Amino acid sequence: MGIRGLAGVLFLTVAVIWYLSGLEGYKIFVPGLAQGAAMTLQITAAAAVLAVIAAITAALSKLYGPAPLRWLAITYIEVFRGTSALVQLFWLYFVLPVFGITMEAYEAAVLGIGLNIGAYGAEVVRGAIISVPRGQWEATIALNMTRAQALRRIILPQAFAAMIPPWGNLFIELLKTTALVSMITLGDLAFRAQQMNQTTMKTVQIFTLVLLIYLAMSLAITIGMRVLEHRAARGILRARAA
Amino acid sequence: MIEFPMVSFENVTKRYGALTVLDNLNLTIARGEKVAIIGPSGSGKTTVLRMLMTLETIDGGVIRVEGEPLTHMERNGQLVPADQAHTRKVRAKIGMVFQSFNLFPHMTALQNCMEAPVKVLGLSRDEAEARSTELLEMVGMSNRRDYYPSQLSGGQQQRVAIARALAMRPKVMLFDEVTSALDPELVGEVLQVIRKLGAEHDLTMLMVTHQMGFAKEFADRVCFFHSGQICEEGEPTAFFQNPQNERSRQFLRAVLEAG
Amino acid sequence: MWDWAFALEILPTLAKAAVVTVQVTVLGFLIALVVGLMLAACRVMLPGTRFPISLLVELIRSTPLLIQIFFLYFVGPSFGLTLDALTAGILAVGLHYAAYCSEVYRAGFESVPRGQWEASVALNLGRWTTLRDIIIPQAIPPVVPALGNYLVALFKETPLLSAIAVMELMQSAKIIGSQTFRYNEPITLVGLFFLVMSLASAWAIRRVETGINRRYKR
Repeated sequence: MGIRGLAGVLFLTVAVIWYLSGLEGYKIFVPGLAQGAAMTLQITAAAAVLAVIAAITAALSKLYGPAPLRWLAITYIEVFRGTSALVQLFWLYFVLPVFGITMEAYEAAVLGIGLNIGAYGAEVVRGAIISVPRGQWEATIALNMTRAQALRRIILPQAFAAMIPPWGNLFIELLKTTALVSMITLGDLAFRAQQMNQTTMKTVQIFTLVLLIYLAMSLAITIGMRVLEHRAARGILRARAA
Repeated sequence: MIEFPMVSFENVTKRYGALTVLDNLNLTIARGEKVAIIGPSGSGKTTVLRMLMTLETIDGGVIRVEGEPLTHMERNGQLVPADQAHTRKVRAKIGMVFQSFNLFPHMTALQNCMEAPVKVLGLSRDEAEARSTELLEMVGMSNRRDYYPSQLSGGQQQRVAIARALAMRPKVMLFDEVTSALDPELVGEVLQVIRKLGAEHDLTMLMVTHQMGFAKEFADRVCFFHSGQICEEGEPTAFFQNPQNERSRQFLRAVLEAG
Repeated sequence: MWDWAFALEILPTLAKAAVVTVQVTVLGFLIALVVGLMLAACRVMLPGTRFPISLLVELIRSTPLLIQIFFLYFVGPSFGLTLDALTAGILAVGLHYAAYCSEVYRAGFESVPRGQWEASVALNLGRWTTLRDIIIPQAIPPVVPALGNYLVALFKETPLLSAIAVMELMQSAKIIGSQTFRYNEPITLVGLFFLVMSLASAWAIRRVETGINRRYKR
């Protein structure tokens, strides 16, 4: 679907949410779900920032770091990609205190999800860097740039465009993963849904609304990333044409 | 009884968007006739074969095979678009060999030949195998019957493709630039098979080709296409020696210069 | 901090739960493979279904599996579909990954050259026969590694079923934790189990991938 089509579906989704939240059977859930949605967005944003930082750090370490750093990066990537996000969350929240590190559910949530998606992101970043043609590296050597200069000025800007679509998928995954924080008692959308479901048993209304809200968020992310993709592609094209 | 022509195109038009590929084409092919279609690329010559094979829809006119409309059927004295069953019934009379062979890569030469006779004609595996073996023999590929396409040369693949098409016992065979994807030294073996086919069978054959020498020697008639129309047609010797139309002259000169 | 004796003691309980995890994985993935193929095939063969199916696939892929599990388990009964937790969980996981698998199959179908469809028309093969005998056998082998990756992804998401109290690994670990107030051994063990299985399957997928590549370069 093109950006316009997606925007249309988003508009429709929001309209349906709007319509439903005005109905008698749904009204009572709106404040609670709104609070939950705010928490979901907050965790998503914080974890996304962490994921990007972790991904870039790990990818660069794996590609160019000295041996110990490289092994650390590989271990991080493999462990976080190799186990379940839920297990990671529980481990951070319940097991780390045993080793004397205690954190709030919110901190554990952001850290766990950020690191989890960051591990997948590291492979995306690495793949994008590798996909920059060798000739570009050779040109930076011919211009006597340092490796750091070459990376920052020449390689990463080109890799950036190739990274956007897979990162779009990862951010969707991230949003979906945030639903797990309900299981370490954090009041996100999924948590509020379960809570209200237990007290009111209005299952259909609650979960229909919740699904639609998640859908709207996913669509918004997809559209944002598509716009970014467009911009980046145009930037590269303009650079090529010049 | 009226003897219908094997194939007839009546005012057939084909467009891609604003581009008219074929413009009111009228062409009649008699039973057993060998027709070569030549012309510059983009002249619509391949489209003629693809329409006859129902790989392309048509935007106007009627194509008939033995008097029976191909893309239409008669209902209450009117022509309406053909349904699946009708199309498949008429299509059964036509076989096609492609430029890029299009053999099924996951089947051996023999399996390629047996697939349709078993699945479409409902032959038993033994009958289909006997028929296929005979045809592979005819195209000189019986010793390679258990090879996969990727283990065969282009010429060998094309010969298997010919056997595969013949296994359906079509009345009309379409050859779409069948030697264009081949290395020069492999062209001969495929043309040899087509020659043999022309001599041994009373098949109607329609070929789009760039092999002028072969067209001259083999065809009963040559049709020269230019911008979606038949510019000139006629008996090959006359056409090649003394083309009447300015465009045909230009085309032949260009081809001869290229060697 | 780490009690080996306790770890050994809970191992049999976890092993029993691991059987459920594997069961969910296998059955869920079977559903994903079959339903995914049906969705992809419908999209190719019946143009009318293209839009509704792509909408459904997008809806499933854009919302959390956890919510979908709840939806099937809690909402199902309102529509007369009462499922026990295990069945609801397997179904939810299977349908979720069916959406992903259908996209993989679709890519596989699209990678088969047009000429294969055209040759099938020229041989007068029916459309469904073409799909079954000609297209699917060529479309599947190249996408086996991608499907394999989703098998591993599905496996790693099975702990979500603990949210509806399916007695798989995570639920078992949680119960041990709440009974003994020791979380580090059960959860670490569960983590290790997933890590080992994931690394092993990643290795297996790579083997299959090279195998397929070799066969196709014949």
